[in-house]
Order: sequence, then structure tokens, then C-alpha cells
Amino acid sequence: MYSAIGAGLAAIGAGIGVGFIGGKGLEAIARQPEAANDLRTNMLITAALVEAVALFACVIAFLGQK
Amino acid sequence: MIKQWFVYISIYLGMSFGVLKAQNAHGNAPENHGNQPTHQAQGEHATENHGASAKKFDLNELILNHIGNTNEFHLWGDLSIPLPCILYSKEDGLNTFLSSEWHHGHKAYNRYVSDHGAVRRIKDASFPSGSVALEGHGEHFIEHQQANGEEVGSITHQGKKYELEKPSGLLAGTSFYDFSITKNVFTMLLAALLLFFIFRYVAGRYKTHPNQAPTGIQNLMEVLVMFIVNEVAKPMLGDRYLKFLPYLLTIFFFILTCNVLGLIPVFPGGANVTGNIATTAALALIAFIVVNVNGKADYWKHIFWMPGVPVLMKIFLAPIELIGVFTKPFSLMIRLFANITAGHIIILALVGLIFVFGQAGQSIGGSIGGAAISVPFTLFLSIIELLVAFLQAFIFTILTASYIGAATEEHHH
Repeated sequence: MYSAIGAGLAAIGAGIGVGFIGGKGLEAIARQPEAANDLRTNMLITAALVEAVALFACVIAFLGQK
Repeated sequence: MIKQWFVYISIYLGMSFGVLKAQNAHGNAPENHGNQPTHQAQGEHATENHGASAKKFDLNELILNHIGNTNEFHLWGDLSIPLPCILYSKEDGLNTFLSSEWHHGHKAYNRYVSDHGAVRRIKDASFPSGSVALEGHGEHFIEHQQANGEEVGSITHQGKKYELEKPSGLLAGTSFYDFSITKNVFTMLLAALLLFFIFRYVAGRYKTHPNQAPTGIQNLMEVLVMFIVNEVAKPMLGDRYLKFLPYLLTIFFFILTCNVLGLIPVFPGGANVTGNIATTAALALIAFIVVNVNGKADYWKHIFWMPGVPVLMKIFLAPIELIGVFTKPFSLMIRLFANITAGHIIILALVGLIFVFGQAGQSIGGSIGGAAISVPFTLFLSIIELLVAFLQAFIFTILTASYIGAATEEHHH
């Protein structure tokens, strides 16, 4: 059960992080639509980096299940 | 358009209820609950459909069985497509046989047994070789016990207990090596063959029809290849992109094909290749080698003796940067593995809701209620997974390209 709580906490962190990236990214695209392609690529890469941290936590939670 | 979608959704619903019905057919055992011997016999019979509906429905076990690697493609009920097992040990030499010799774990073959997809060997050399029936209770043919913090497996044959070795591994120290063509290996070979023939055909088309608009699959491949060239290789690697383009295209298409094959629930797909930590570890190891072998003097200088910072800081930064060399491929490995596995677990958990609500086939109303919730959600998540399958292949490629780009960059101070 504790591992599930850990996974949930990690999801909160990743949610905040990805939310920030998406929000700021869309803001930037709205300001400068012609740069949308570059911004989108960088947005995805940053989101993947943020997500990786949460997934590390999920894997540890998964391993710590027993 | 709407009509087309209606047809797709009907097929999806039909397939879901087909599964439901198969599950119901095996779930009738609890009716003669009072009669112990009959129940035992029924329980043993029910194990044939890999234990999902025997007695109580265990969602965790179902999920772990489905995301794991096995020696057969399970279709439905007792039906499965066997795959070749190739096992080598010093005393016995090479053993090759089809996994159907195990009869879904009911039998041992040449002292080898199958433990939920992992091949294990019976320690005692006096155990008869050839096909030997095991004695089990219900679904359990292999007993698992904890001794000194380690898992010890054992089987029973003619009332006598035999201990099992651990599954084969690089550092497991077992007496045998497992080179079997498992579900994952089969799917990897299939992906490689598929890509080989597709690209051979596409390359041939460019030769036979020069200066013409691409058609069919050539069209699709051109879009994807140009996407990697223009969005990944050129921005990350600059004018050095041609040297690394074959590698980048290979990993992109391999990961993409394996991801998409993993989303198909039936035979040619169904293997969780990129959701297997060993596969992603191998991909990350190749990325690690490519990055570090091509690393220029500047790259190593930035790791061991960071220019432009005070000497004390240089000493402090060196170990951190050195750890960074290893954490980059490590994060590549974990990211791909965790993303694909998480997607599969969520879809399996949603499909499993049907059996949780339906109490493993005892309650039809509950099953229908569960299906009503799980089918639309599964459809939705399958579409998300399609995006993730593409996105993760792209992310793996672009991050590898950016690591290569950083390692091969020549700075001019």
C-alpha cells in the first residue's frame, strides 16, 4: 500500500511539472505562432525529462511492492 | 465516416464480449461448492486457461502474466502457439524442443520446467529425462518458498520434492543457459524482418521510379524518414548528421514497430518487447557506446576538467559529470520501459475490471456493467497508447541524437 502512496506522490510532482511545461509552451505558441514547431519539439523533450523522474519513482514503487 | 466508426466500435464490443463469454464458460466451478472432490477436479480443469478464473480472480497476477515474457503465444483457453526452446547446459549439451512439450507447465521436459514463462532446471541429476508429468494442487505445479531472503522453487514428482535452479541469467550462476526464442525474441525478429522488407521495397521503388511522386507505403516511409532527418538529425547534429542518420533511423523504426506490435492484442503482436527492461537496457547500452566512442576531446574535457570554473569547482564537478555519463542512458532505459509498461498495465487493469465486477464470471450483470465502463475507456487509452508508441520512439531518438550532438560538438573558445 505504501508503494501506491509513493507512486501517487510522484504523479502529483509530474503533473505539476508537465502542467507548467504545457501551459508555458502554449502561451509561447500563442505569442509567436510561427515558432510553434520548435516550441512543440522542445516542449515534448522537456515533458519527457520531467516524466522520467516520475517514472523512476513508479519503478521504485513497483519494485518496493513486496 | 460515422458509419465506419460505428463498425469499429461494434467489432471492439463484440471482441470484448467474446472474451467475457470464454471467461464465463470456465467460471462455473463454484456451483458445486459443497462437494469437495468435484470442486478439486473442476479447479484443476480450470487452471488450463492460465489460472485467471480458478477460485478467485487475481487482477495483479493477470497483469503480471500478460506483461511478462513467455515461451508461447497464448491465444485463448488451452490454445497457444508454441515457440522453440533452446537450452544449453554443460552436462546435457544442447536441448531444443517446442514449448508445447511442457503442456502449459503440467510437465517437465529433460529436467526443464516452465515457471510462469521463465525456464528453470531441476537440480537433482537423477530426475528422469524426457517428458515427465508433475504433481500439483490446482493451478500450482511449482511451489515457491522464501529461504534466507531468496526465492526457492520446487516441484513434486511421485511424492518426492525436487528443488529448482533459478532462471538463467548473465550473473545468475545457473548450470544452464537459456537462448529460447521467446515471445519477445520472436516479435523482435518479426519487427526486424518487417522493416527489412519494407525498406528494401521502398529503396527499390526510388531506384525504379526516380523523380516520381511516392505511392503507398513508400509515402508513409518518406514522411517518417524526412521527419527524423529534419526534426531530429539536422537540428541536433548539424552538418555531422549523415554519419549518425542510419543509427538514428534504425532505433526510431525498431522502437516504433515494437511499440505498435505490442499494442495488437492477438498473435503477431501481443508481446511486450519495449516494456521489457532487458530490451530497453540493450538499446540504451548501444546509445551509450555510440555517444562515448564518438566523444571528442572537448566532451571528455567538460567531464573531467570543466573549463571556465575555479579549480575547486572543477574537482567538485568531475564526479557529478562522470555520473551524468551513466545516468543519461539509464534514464533512456527507464523512460521507454516505464512508459510502455505503464500503458499496458492500465489497459489490462481496465479490461480486468470486467472480471472484477463480474466476480470472475459468476455475475453477468456485473460483467456487463464492468464492460460498459471498461470498453470506452480502453478504446480511449488505446488511442492514447498509439500516440505514446510514436512519442516514445521519437523521444528516445531525439534524446540519443542530442547526446551524440553534445559529445561530438567542437567548441571554439
